[in-house]
Amino acid sequence: MNGRAEILLVDNCRQAGSLSRYEFVHPAQRALERAGASCRTCHYTLLDRPTLEGCDKVLLCGTALKDKECLNHLDRYSWLREWTGPVLGICTGMQIIAAAFGGRLLPRSEPAIGLDEIQVICPSPLLGPCGKIEVYHLHDIDVSLPDEFLCLAGTDRAPEAFSHSTRPIWGLMFHPEVRNRWILERYAEL
Amino acid sequence: MFSGGKDSVYACWRAQEKDTVACLITLLSQNPDSYMFHTPNIRFAASQAEAMNIPQLCWPTRGIEEEELKDLKAALAEAKDRYGIEGIVSGAIESVYQAARVQRICQALDLWSFNPLWQTDQIDYLRTLLRDGFRVIISGVYAYPFDASWLGEELTEEMVMRLARMQERYQINPSGEGGEIETFVLDGPLFRERIEVLRASRVYAHYRGQYIIEAVRLVER
Repeated sequence: MNGRAEILLVDNCRQAGSLSRYEFVHPAQRALERAGASCRTCHYTLLDRPTLEGCDKVLLCGTALKDKECLNHLDRYSWLREWTGPVLGICTGMQIIAAAFGGRLLPRSEPAIGLDEIQVICPSPLLGPCGKIEVYHLHDIDVSLPDEFLCLAGTDRAPEAFSHSTRPIWGLMFHPEVRNRWILERYAEL
Repeated sequence: MFSGGKDSVYACWRAQEKDTVACLITLLSQNPDSYMFHTPNIRFAASQAEAMNIPQLCWPTRGIEEEELKDLKAALAEAKDRYGIEGIVSGAIESVYQAARVQRICQALDLWSFNPLWQTDQIDYLRTLLRDGFRVIISGVYAYPFDASWLGEELTEEMVMRLARMQERYQINPSGEGGEIETFVLDGPLFRERIEVLRASRVYAHYRGQYIIEAVRLVER
């Protein structure tokens, strides 16, 4: 991409300006800015069409483990089906993408918290070649793989990463702002 | 979770932007090499709590690695009962080890977990502390190449520049989260009174040392 990509970070935390934004929005923003991107943030309840049209890419941020409020307002994300620019969802952001494209949200019996090794099973511009990577998890809901999506890491029953088969939409169940910031750098450069 | 060091004080200040801090939870570790809980001068965390006018819940722990987590869980359960807390705030920056363990305990107790310094740029953060009016002293050093001259010194812009150079040269965490340095906060925007150290001593050998506070008083800001 020529020039600095303008990336819109969508804050999916329970309230605009919440304490959690320091943990789930700012670290991803810093990683993207270090990679040369120009960033704006917007709470999901305040997101409107002009804001969306003013950016090149979208990052749907994660939320605290107990924070599932945005999943009760999935109508706020109906733009995902029509907007044609790149979208990357992290954790709760991936759950939002899955739900928007007909996938199911599957509560886990035990939460995934901390470092785990996952298997990249399908090469992609975002995650690179197949292989193992160590990732930071913080979630208690898995998703099913929606129709039209490819599983990039993990399994079809519980994808760790997926992408749309024809559109530039990706989801990561883990937190690349904590471990594997190179993924955010690649997203900034895509 | 409150140790009296800069990270827990600053996290508390951020928490007060929109939420109410009901109590400060201090684990009193009897193990000087505690994995999770900072130890020097911890008894004066009570003076900081008084200066900030926030109740403090002190909880003893023997400071043995996994037992420590049970003690933390008991302390948080007590805070939930006594103060009706809905979540906890901690000053973790990089430590996935600490953050994941606290997350698991919060999940078991149905508490929110907040880490408002998470993944912050450490040098920028040290400058933010200065800009926001925090007065921070070095209360312990635990790594090469820190010498005894650091003990009891106050954080300044010059010190931040020295720490940045040491980060480049020796790969230390400039904010000390890897246990390289520990700090004690004397004053800040959330303090109603500031802390004056009346008496202190220093012990130091082989790149490990402590500035041991022996007496303080609260004075008008």
